[in-house]
Amino acid sequence: MMRFLLLFSRQGRLRLQKWFTAMSERERKKIIREMTTMVLARPARTCNFLQWKDLKIVYKRYASLYFCLGVDDGENELLALEVIHRYVELLDKYFGNVCELDIIFNFEKAYFILDEFLMGGEIQETSKQIVNRAIESSDMLQEDDHSEWYEVELFG
Amino acid sequence: MSPSVALQEMIRAIRSARTQCEERGVIQRECAAIRAQFRQTDNGGRSHNLAKLLYVHMLGYPAHFGQMECVRMIASPRYSEKRVGYLGAMMLLDEKQDASLLITNSIKNDLSHSNQYVQSLALCTLACMGSAEMCRDLAPEIDRLLRSSNSYIKKKAALCAVHIVRKVRDLGELFVPSARSLLSEKNHGVLHGAVVLITELCGRSPETLERFRKTVPDLVQIMKGLVISGYSPDHDVAGVSDPFLQVRILRLLRILGRNNEAASDAMNDLLAQVATNTDSTKTVGNAVLYETVLTVLDIKSESGLRVLAVNILGRFLLNNDRNIRYIAMTSLQKIVGTDHNAVQRHRGTIVDCLKDQDASVKRRALELSLALVSASNIRSMMKELLIFLSSCPPDLRAQAASGIFNAAERYAPSKRWHIDTILHVLTTAGGDVRDETVPNLIQLITNTSELHCYTVHKLYRALLTDISQQPLVQVACWCIGEYGDLLLKGECQETEAVQATEDDVLDALEIVLQSHMSTPTTRGFALTATMKLSTRITDNVDRIRSIVSIYGSCIDVELQQRAVEYNALFKKYDHMRAAVLERMPVIQKNSLGQTNGEVSEETIKETQPGKVKQEEAAQPQQPAGQVVDLLDLLGGSQEPLAPSSLISITSSAPITATGSAGGDLLDLLGGLEPTPLTPAPAMTVYDKNGVTLTISCEQQSDSGLTVMLTASNSTDSDISSFTLQAAVPKSVQLQMKAPSRDSLPAKGAAKLTQLVVLNNPNKVNLKMRIRVSYTSLGSVVQDTVQVDSFPGISAAGL
Repeated sequence: MMRFLLLFSRQGRLRLQKWFTAMSERERKKIIREMTTMVLARPARTCNFLQWKDLKIVYKRYASLYFCLGVDDGENELLALEVIHRYVELLDKYFGNVCELDIIFNFEKAYFILDEFLMGGEIQETSKQIVNRAIESSDMLQEDDHSEWYEVELFG
Repeated sequence: MSPSVALQEMIRAIRSARTQCEERGVIQRECAAIRAQFRQTDNGGRSHNLAKLLYVHMLGYPAHFGQMECVRMIASPRYSEKRVGYLGAMMLLDEKQDASLLITNSIKNDLSHSNQYVQSLALCTLACMGSAEMCRDLAPEIDRLLRSSNSYIKKKAALCAVHIVRKVRDLGELFVPSARSLLSEKNHGVLHGAVVLITELCGRSPETLERFRKTVPDLVQIMKGLVISGYSPDHDVAGVSDPFLQVRILRLLRILGRNNEAASDAMNDLLAQVATNTDSTKTVGNAVLYETVLTVLDIKSESGLRVLAVNILGRFLLNNDRNIRYIAMTSLQKIVGTDHNAVQRHRGTIVDCLKDQDASVKRRALELSLALVSASNIRSMMKELLIFLSSCPPDLRAQAASGIFNAAERYAPSKRWHIDTILHVLTTAGGDVRDETVPNLIQLITNTSELHCYTVHKLYRALLTDISQQPLVQVACWCIGEYGDLLLKGECQETEAVQATEDDVLDALEIVLQSHMSTPTTRGFALTATMKLSTRITDNVDRIRSIVSIYGSCIDVELQQRAVEYNALFKKYDHMRAAVLERMPVIQKNSLGQTNGEVSEETIKETQPGKVKQEEAAQPQQPAGQVVDLLDLLGGSQEPLAPSSLISITSSAPITATGSAGGDLLDLLGGLEPTPLTPAPAMTVYDKNGVTLTISCEQQSDSGLTVMLTASNSTDSDISSFTLQAAVPKSVQLQMKAPSRDSLPAKGAAKLTQLVVLNNPNKVNLKMRIRVSYTSLGSVVQDTVQVDSFPGISAAGL
């Protein structure tokens, strides 16, 4: 399973943190510090995998953001890279040419999208279209908040 | 959808703060405003306020006062508020907070909400931070949702169930029937969730694993559909149809096929199909291939499939993409024990990866290279490894050094090569070697009497160049002390001799004694060496006497004690000095398995210095060889030393063979005998054309057995390319370790040994068929022999 997903900028500022296991605030802060130091220290054109304690760290840089995924030892690292890429594609589709500022100013949307794609440390939905449609419908529901609930098309 | 303006303005304000202090000020103001807002009962902007708080929390500031607000928001009927409330719960609450219990009821209600998006929020939060009590509470509800007709909910419920099973193992039973039925779904999301759930259930309980084995045909069918089916736009990634699902199914197949012949057979064809049909030009395809390879290597696949898998790994090794090379090496590491020959074929590429820029790749290449060292490639591999050692990153040095030592010990083609290699390592990475290296090297040197001259000249030269590497300096001092006479003779056959006078040698030792770089241990070595030289040189004994007496008042207690004792040796016991400082006898090597507690006797081997040390790998037990600190005995105390503190060898003097002057010493040690070695019974199984093969076995456990094959050649000509292959009955597992060498010199000059590890869990009648093949006088000879009974083991099974 995946243990955590962190997004941080080249200066080490955290933009998103998702934890898939229960961890105290102190442990989280420690991991964030170590991840940012380790990943930012890597030279360019090195491989995207690191060994850290008993976890594998898979990271990828997209423009000014580092996506850092911590996975269990038995996970497929190449697939983890694909997971990161899929998330970036989903963000891109939603925001239209996503950049770091989009994620900064709309961080809660980034979380909502993530929650439609991953859950409990595993992949939830493998189809891009279904995830996008779910986000759109949830957004519409939020818009029509003050009116009464209405039945949403069920996706099969 | 209109964004929260207040939130965005706050973010802008925080980002425009130029210093940390300014930022803190802005945030404090905002937090105060948020707190005030929370205290008001109902206002439209509640979700915006919580969102602001969550942003502040992400920057690292405390946000615990928002916890109760999360609870309130989750209970709100408005979707926008619920959404942010649940997000806040996932970010701010964890199991240890009391507030998390308060949301259990809200989650329960929301799970049965009429709107699927509200249900989805509850499911997501439960899967993220559900505590064990919450899971127990809500498990039946989740099971109900697993049976709903809405696939959107079903897939989320499946992953929620996974979380529950992880938290509370016993609840796994509850989900087994639903999990089984979910496999017939068409929806990929649900299918994926189902596969993950089944994987989790099988991992937790072996009985469940047995039950789910029956699903192997269904899984094979689903995979076939994915691999063969045409382009499906919904799930296609760079030409591969739903790689995420494919990988999960492969992983489940791996768990189901492990240790099970029938299941492995059922998936053989499919795995071959996936391995050959998947496009390997993009990362996605390689991810699927990687998972396939891991599965093939882990189940009981047929040999053709295994070869295919190893070849895929070989292709990965040549790939331009570093990531792929890295994972190829990781996988090869896992199989280097079982499919050694297959991995050997790629040795060249692996050794090239040692020179890669990337530290992760280097590490993997090092581990794999060390595993691939064998008798036939030791020279070339060692060359590469030594080059690597001189330029490798500091965190890999210790591992590289110890790996090199192990390899050198096992496969050294000649003693001189062995000593040269160790010296090379000590000069390059002396600071990173383990402590046992010094006594091990000293023991090796004493055992190689023909090279004493060569060694001492080489070490002296090294000492003159550089005294910063402590292990090297220690060994050099010891050698100079022992073999100083050879050094001073000024002639040597093997290497260019050093012309040194007695003063030069004493100068060198004094420099070590006085240098600030020398550790106390090193200075101890140097002092003892100086003392030993007093019997080996003729002119400068007075100088030694004065050095020794100076150190009699040294601050370091250890040095002081030594100096005082040596002084005593000069004054009161001068008649014994020659005998005490004589050449040391050969030191017997401790077998690595022995600990302090096991060794109850001390043994001094009274052998000629020239005796070669015994074979260490083949023999199970050896008597402990310990040289007792005899100077302590002179002082009256006698303590057996732990095997690990062999450093004391250097400070002690040998006992004489005749026991004239040291008569009282021998009385203390005379009654000790080494524990006799009971050799394992050996049986000759093959004897033809001068080639003999014997086997001896040892029972390791109830079903485990190790067999040692020993081959020797009594003809007049050398035999090369000697290989052994073994086959055993189907239920027995066999693992052949690397052979000690691959050639047999003539007239039995050296034997070849190979260890075979067998596991016979079903206790069948054990038989082994061994094929011998070798080249002799230009022609290839092949022969097979069957062994039906094993010495030491009763014929009627183990």
